[in-house]
Amino acid sequence: MNDALGSVQSVLILGGGSDIALATAKALIARRCRTVILAGRDPESFSGPAKELRHAGANTVESVTFDALDHSSHPAFIESVFERFGDIDLVLVAFGVLGDQDRAEVDPTEALRILDTNFLGAVSVLVPTTAALHRQGHGTIVVLSSVAGERARRSNFVYGSSKAGLDAYCQGLGDSLVGTGVRVIVVRPGFVHSKMTDGLDAAPLATDPEHVAGAIISALTRGTEIVWVPRQMRYVMSVLRHLPRAVFRRLPV
Amino acid sequence: MSRESVITEQPGDDVLLAGWGGTAPTRARLASPLTEADARQLLDRAPDRGAIARGLGRAYGDAAQNAGGLVLDATALSGIIDADLDRGIVTARAGTSLDELMRWLIPRGWFLVTPGTRFVTVGGAIASDIHGKGHHVDGTFGNKVRSFRLLTGSGEVLDVDRESSPEVFWATTGGMGLTGVLLDATFELIPTETRFIRVDEERCPDLDAMFSAMEESDSAYRYSVAWIDCGATGKHLGRGILGRGNHATLDEVPKTKRSLAHRFDPHQLAVAPPILPSGLINAWTVKAFNELWYRKTRVSHRDLIQDIGLFFHPLDMIDEWSRVYGSRGFVQYQFVVPFGAEDTVRRIIEILGNENWPSFLAVLKRFGAANPGMLSFPMPGWTLTVDIPVGRAELARTFDRFDEMVLQVGGRVYLAKDARTRPENLGRMYPRLPEWREVRHRLDPDHRIASDLSRRLGL
Ligand SMILES: Cc1cc2nc3c(=O)[nH]c(=O)nc-3n(C[C@H](O)[C@H](O)[C@H](O)COP(=O)(O)OP(=O)(O)OC[C@H]3O[C@@H](n4cnc5c(N)ncnc54)[C@H](O)[C@@H]3O)c2cc1C
Ligand SMILES: NC(=O)c1ccc[n+]([C@@H]2O[C@H](COP(=O)([O-])OP(=O)(O)OC[C@H]3O[C@@H](n4cnc5c(N)ncnc54)[C@H](OP(=O)(O)O)[C@@H]3O)[C@@H](O)[C@H]2O)c1
Repeated sequence: MNDALGSVQSVLILGGGSDIALATAKALIARRCRTVILAGRDPESFSGPAKELRHAGANTVESVTFDALDHSSHPAFIESVFERFGDIDLVLVAFGVLGDQDRAEVDPTEALRILDTNFLGAVSVLVPTTAALHRQGHGTIVVLSSVAGERARRSNFVYGSSKAGLDAYCQGLGDSLVGTGVRVIVVRPGFVHSKMTDGLDAAPLATDPEHVAGAIISALTRGTEIVWVPRQMRYVMSVLRHLPRAVFRRLPV
Repeated sequence: MSRESVITEQPGDDVLLAGWGGTAPTRARLASPLTEADARQLLDRAPDRGAIARGLGRAYGDAAQNAGGLVLDATALSGIIDADLDRGIVTARAGTSLDELMRWLIPRGWFLVTPGTRFVTVGGAIASDIHGKGHHVDGTFGNKVRSFRLLTGSGEVLDVDRESSPEVFWATTGGMGLTGVLLDATFELIPTETRFIRVDEERCPDLDAMFSAMEESDSAYRYSVAWIDCGATGKHLGRGILGRGNHATLDEVPKTKRSLAHRFDPHQLAVAPPILPSGLINAWTVKAFNELWYRKTRVSHRDLIQDIGLFFHPLDMIDEWSRVYGSRGFVQYQFVVPFGAEDTVRRIIEILGNENWPSFLAVLKRFGAANPGMLSFPMPGWTLTVDIPVGRAELARTFDRFDEMVLQVGGRVYLAKDARTRPENLGRMYPRLPEWREVRHRLDPDHRIASDLSRRLGL
């Protein structure tokens, strides 16, 4: 169960290898989460992180197979997780690919892979997840969106558009769930040092996974629905959003 | 097909329920049985996630809610069934509120063990085994109960008498509704000549003064409680106002009030507006309030004749007062530590002040003897209660630290207030938990009675 201060006791991580997700899991464990289910394409690769999470204090850490691209498997997957582990207090949607923007501009397969994973894959798994949480009568869905979805940028608009779709879907989903005991938190990080951004030049206001984890914990306590990481991102983006396109296009972002 | 229609057809409405603190609301099916037969049938058809009884929802945490399951609103099962006003014994349905009871009993010269609000039901009073300002003399509400009838999770109705079925009696008294649905109860009353309390108030300049005043002279009063200014630090640490009283006899009441000495007609003065911003209660507003409150009492006051309502239930004058904490709600933290552990109380007050946790109306009480309730909260010692609004993320750690300090000296937190303790602490706080579990398991092998509290704490 959620407690009064937003601590949870069990979490399902979709995209169990994500650096941001693992940092979040550790922060949740420090606040009494005891069951962590890591779901991803290669559950075997989770044995290292699983050990770390146990060491941090989790009693149960299980790895299960989940592929965001295999849409038709999602309903049965979610059903089996809820049946096997009982109440899931928090579902963290952390999978995602940055993709290869240059290739995506010429190769529809790459463009669709990005959209299929980040947007359609998320929607596909969120539908049965929402139903399960609704039956349970409580729970929180935390979705890793991105500032990239706030305004499409020349340099990564395929990824950006996938996050824009995801972000819009999740805002509407949150509104549809008012009064059900289930809530949705949309997290919009800027540049985060992680496997995804390895080798890229850090953008201004770059943060790390622990910082994102801290912001998620605080949102769970305070009941915040949209979380910018770092917090100043909110103001930066509100300026960027209102720049004329001719100006925005020329910005080195 | 909508998401709602996926849920099986059950009587009642889907509602979001939270405790008085307004934290961690969850959705359940809420049904109001009008008769015992209704209650039985509803329980029988309860969904997989089980059922729990709910009274007036005055428990602060998640004791009277059941996510995804059924919640039985017991308030419709109300009314006095039988009263022996010579001996002071009443049988009432479990949904009867103490407010209703007092309105009827006080004019007839009888009173009850009452918590800080009249808006609790008899069922809730037994399930939480509530205490009041008179604990050092009268014990808990459960101490006054002779018998009750209990609808168990397996659908049986048991007649439970304190003498002949002590196990079920003391597992249910303080058992947070988890042994079944209370249907009615027979309990003893407290005699009173008037509706007034003769009150002495004194300012205590620091915590030691407070402890000694209570140790030395609580026994001269039937009722005693202290308000502590948690914002005061240094040599003022633990300063506060000690208010104690006895039922006033007729000749102690001023002549002008005597004709009304039995009238009891409290009314609400105000309703807090529905939505107030979170953050209204913060370290600064609370400091100012506490300072004023401390100053309002002269150094001491003797023989004030106060109305029962004002003395016991000042907060009841503002309906829905908990709203002043804003939409995020607040946590009420109440712990008890045994005598000898005064230093733990001191350190907790110190941390609250030093770290600027806004708490107004922190309350200190000296408990009397414990009763055999397996999960009953009171034990001989000091109990401190503080309200803190939800907001700063570090609050969770601060409370965890308090838990550790309380555990170290053999204390515990009150389940009727709890909304956040760690499940692994529970057995240490309530050493008779295994015994309680056994009784519960015998009464309800499939755990058809369940609540958010029982899930969260792994009861
Ligand atoms: C302003 C205020 C002051 C308070 N002061 C005190 C105080 O001084 N001392 C103290 O001890 N407590 C105090 N409390 C707490 C309160 O007395 C308890 O939480 C009490 O249990 C609330 O009763 P309720 O009818 O509202 O029950 P609820 O809050 O609805 O339920 C509380 C518990 O009782 C169970 N329950 C309710 N009805 C039944 C039933 N028919 N059968 C079986 N189980 C049932 C529920 O399952 C739940 O576990 C205070 C609360 C408030 C809001
Ligand atoms: N890093 C940033 O700067 C940043 C900024 C804003 C938002 N975000 C978002 O935050 C989330 C987590 O990112 P991160 O930084 O932690 O990156 P990460 O470490 O690369 O994590 C992403 C995870 O997604 C998994 N994944 C990819 N495709 C999948 C699929 N089809 N099915 C299941 N899992 C799949 C990856 O697992 P595999 O090993 O199977 O590939 C990987 O574990 C992502 O949604 C990302 O878009 C990141």
